[in-house]
Amino acid sequence: MKQKLVVVGNGMAPGRVLERLLEADPDGFEITIFNAEKRVNYDRIMLSPVLSGEKKFEEIVIHGDAWYEQHAIALIKGRKVIAIDREAKRVTAEGGMTANYDKLLIATGSVPFIIPVPGNDLPGVLTYRDLDDVHAMMVAADQGKKNAVVIGGGLLGLEAAAGLKAQGMDVTVLHLMETLMERQLDKTGGHLLQRELERRGIRVITKANTREILGEDHVTGVRLEDDTTMPADLVIMAVGIRPNSELGKQAGLKVNRGILVDDKLHTSDPDILAVGECVEFENNVYGLVAPLYEMANIAASELTGAETEGFRHSALATKLKVTGIDLYSAGDFTEGEDREEIVLRDAMAGLYKRLVIKDDKIIGAVLYGDTADGAWFFQHIKNQTDISDMRDTLIFGPAFAGGAPLDPTAAVAALPDDAEICGCNGICKSKIVDTITKKELTSLDDVRAHTKASASCGSCTGLVEQLLALTLGDGYDPSAVQPMCGCTDLGHGDVRRFIVAKKLKTIPDLMQELEWNSSGGCAKCRPALNYYMVSTWPGEYTDDYQSRYINERVHANIQKDGTYSVVPRMWGGVTSAKELRAIADVVEKFDIPSVKCTGGQRIDMLGVKKEDLPAVWADLNDAGMVSGHAYAKGLRTVKTCVGTDWCRFGTQDSTGLGIRIEKFMWGSWTPAKVKMSVSGFPLNCAEATCKDVGVVCVDSGYEIHFAGAAGLDIKGTEVLCHADSEDETLQIIVALVQLYREQGHYLERIYKWTRRVGIDEIKAAVVEDLEQRKALFERFVYSQKFSQSDPWSARASGRDAFEFHPMSTISFSEAAE
Amino acid sequence: MTSGMWKDVGSIDDISAQGARVVKTSFGRIAVFKSLDGQVYAIEDKCPHLGGPLSQGIVHGARVTCPLHNWVIDLSSGGVVGPDEGCVNRFPVKVEGGRILLDFSVRIEKAA
Repeated sequence: MKQKLVVVGNGMAPGRVLERLLEADPDGFEITIFNAEKRVNYDRIMLSPVLSGEKKFEEIVIHGDAWYEQHAIALIKGRKVIAIDREAKRVTAEGGMTANYDKLLIATGSVPFIIPVPGNDLPGVLTYRDLDDVHAMMVAADQGKKNAVVIGGGLLGLEAAAGLKAQGMDVTVLHLMETLMERQLDKTGGHLLQRELERRGIRVITKANTREILGEDHVTGVRLEDDTTMPADLVIMAVGIRPNSELGKQAGLKVNRGILVDDKLHTSDPDILAVGECVEFENNVYGLVAPLYEMANIAASELTGAETEGFRHSALATKLKVTGIDLYSAGDFTEGEDREEIVLRDAMAGLYKRLVIKDDKIIGAVLYGDTADGAWFFQHIKNQTDISDMRDTLIFGPAFAGGAPLDPTAAVAALPDDAEICGCNGICKSKIVDTITKKELTSLDDVRAHTKASASCGSCTGLVEQLLALTLGDGYDPSAVQPMCGCTDLGHGDVRRFIVAKKLKTIPDLMQELEWNSSGGCAKCRPALNYYMVSTWPGEYTDDYQSRYINERVHANIQKDGTYSVVPRMWGGVTSAKELRAIADVVEKFDIPSVKCTGGQRIDMLGVKKEDLPAVWADLNDAGMVSGHAYAKGLRTVKTCVGTDWCRFGTQDSTGLGIRIEKFMWGSWTPAKVKMSVSGFPLNCAEATCKDVGVVCVDSGYEIHFAGAAGLDIKGTEVLCHADSEDETLQIIVALVQLYREQGHYLERIYKWTRRVGIDEIKAAVVEDLEQRKALFERFVYSQKFSQSDPWSARASGRDAFEFHPMSTISFSEAAE
Repeated sequence: MTSGMWKDVGSIDDISAQGARVVKTSFGRIAVFKSLDGQVYAIEDKCPHLGGPLSQGIVHGARVTCPLHNWVIDLSSGGVVGPDEGCVNRFPVKVEGGRILLDFSVRIEKAA
């Protein structure tokens, strides 16, 4: 008999409880979750990158709808639980819905603290807690609202400020205390941080006591105690949070600031557990993710009856998630009689390190500018290591401790097996190293996929990379996954994110803003950047001709002797007497030496002189033929079999569907070439199961495949899904290709992109999430408005004429005169 | 020492920045390049590797990448940028009154 588990709240802590529970006992519980937000579980610590534009919501989802479905969990969105009847063991939600439980898990999180000043309820006053807040901020920025005031200079407030600045707003931070982030940073660290923020154009006012928020029907400004006033279109309250313990209190549980729990996360009612920001444990309340995840692990063990050591309050470490600012603090760093400190300061280099020592043990650390040794110090804090032997060199970190060699991986090598590497997900060193070895992982993305380490906030990415280097030795080649080219240290993924986040709309702007180290880029990065611009800003960006590879400049394929080959489109591989006659005429007229059938069911004319190209195209255009884009990083062919038209086995009109797909999608630019195919029957005569995208028709509809390869690599496709109609098939394929257009790295074929981002993520976006599918489809359709025109007819009518003629001709005799 | 055999091959505006044009001569094709900063270079339109038409490559800085196998040629020296090795013939260039002039004397002497 399954036990009934009801969960109130769907944040990160209960999400982790469920993961652990399902791992340990997949069939033990019948689970119902009530979520006041109308969403699935997402990574709340990543709201800041969403606000700054560096990530999209889809990228921070932890469990999509499919996950709940797969595990038969009833997720009830948008329903807040308002009462618990402990005697009847039943919860009631808004609207009267009820659910009975054997075990109840309360995870109602926290509520933001709103300072009690006049005007705090005006429209335009927001908190910074969930995605709705982030959306409201982004909408305000999009509407051209100019001035944002952030009240609160703590972790959240500063991340909000940086995000709003990235959205193009003028931002002022008001902070009540003398220095920023005083709970995580000492005064010097606070000043360094303030200077850095000011350098980025964020105004900071400390010792600022807000008296009132001004405005009639919308916020217009803020007034301080000293009568300073400033204009504001948006006010963000980020002064702190308090546990949301209301429900626990109503139910008669013991509550102080938060719902009181013991070290096994039991409340005063043995059948009710509580985890996350709503609880209070030994006078502590929590707002950082690491202890919440630890609670979740223990609560899951309690539910399954496994033994645990119990929750212990321990030192915490924090990192500020503002791109380009490295700041780390851990433990207790307040000054005191019984404490000593070791400080390293280099103001010019923007470096500051401070260790607080008590009884020969490190109890606190603040690192600014270089945070690489943070995990090492934190480990010593947690282990209460006696540091008297290494005191002389302690501040220089593990590289010098005990005279270890100056190897970049030394810091991480020196960590013990149980050292926590990824604080967000609670992953320790040995787990990462073991997984790398067992699963033969070779890249950062692999490690993220298999262990989740560095997959949340990403601040431990450097450590994970060092672990890869340490474990694989020479077998790890970070350059294989890292910079785009010699002009930058940024990888393709970083560049794509920055293009969106910083709204970079020209290649020179991008090179300026992202500090390219060459003037004008190189032959590797320019075509990639041009593609990213074309696909990110359709209709706005003007294609950079000189950043196109020659084939895409002249719309033909260069051959070894400098001549070109020409392949007209044959929709779905179908041709006619008229087209064949026109091709034959062109071949004779222009003395084209070679004619050949391609693997994609069309005809290739090889050896065309460059000067002849426009005239060749004009003749082909006259017969109704257009460019086949056989030269493009774009849609190439849609190969088909004859389907129900002729084949005695055919189940659907595969030829018609192929033509429809090709006519819909031709002209689109993609990260690398895209080849498709439609087979009319599972015999699969059109070889759909080794294409980038393939369709195999069956009696009941259409089986959509993707991520095949039959070139340098050979790989059968993955099944994406089944579709019932041609319309649905087309919509799914278009959404899939659009997702690839938005996420793919330049020259990365669909199968490699799939390997990198994961099949599940792609399915979630284009199969399961109907809204996202529709949005992707619409973005593709929009971009087609600007790319679906025949490049041949444009050039046959004179465009880029200079390309097809020599600048001048000088005869030898003339020159020799 | 010859005083040079300068010939007008076109206008500076005939070539777009980071672009190239071809000058046909009876002894072969010459690729004339214009860099982003407006410098003009002229080299034989033939990659020392397998003869690829350098005029069709992507121009970056004072370099061009051959469209056939991505060899990189330094436009000012004519040398191949490592790790590959080789060299192409250069032609002296000057720009006067917006016109591009090439000095063919070197090539003529070789041909003669």
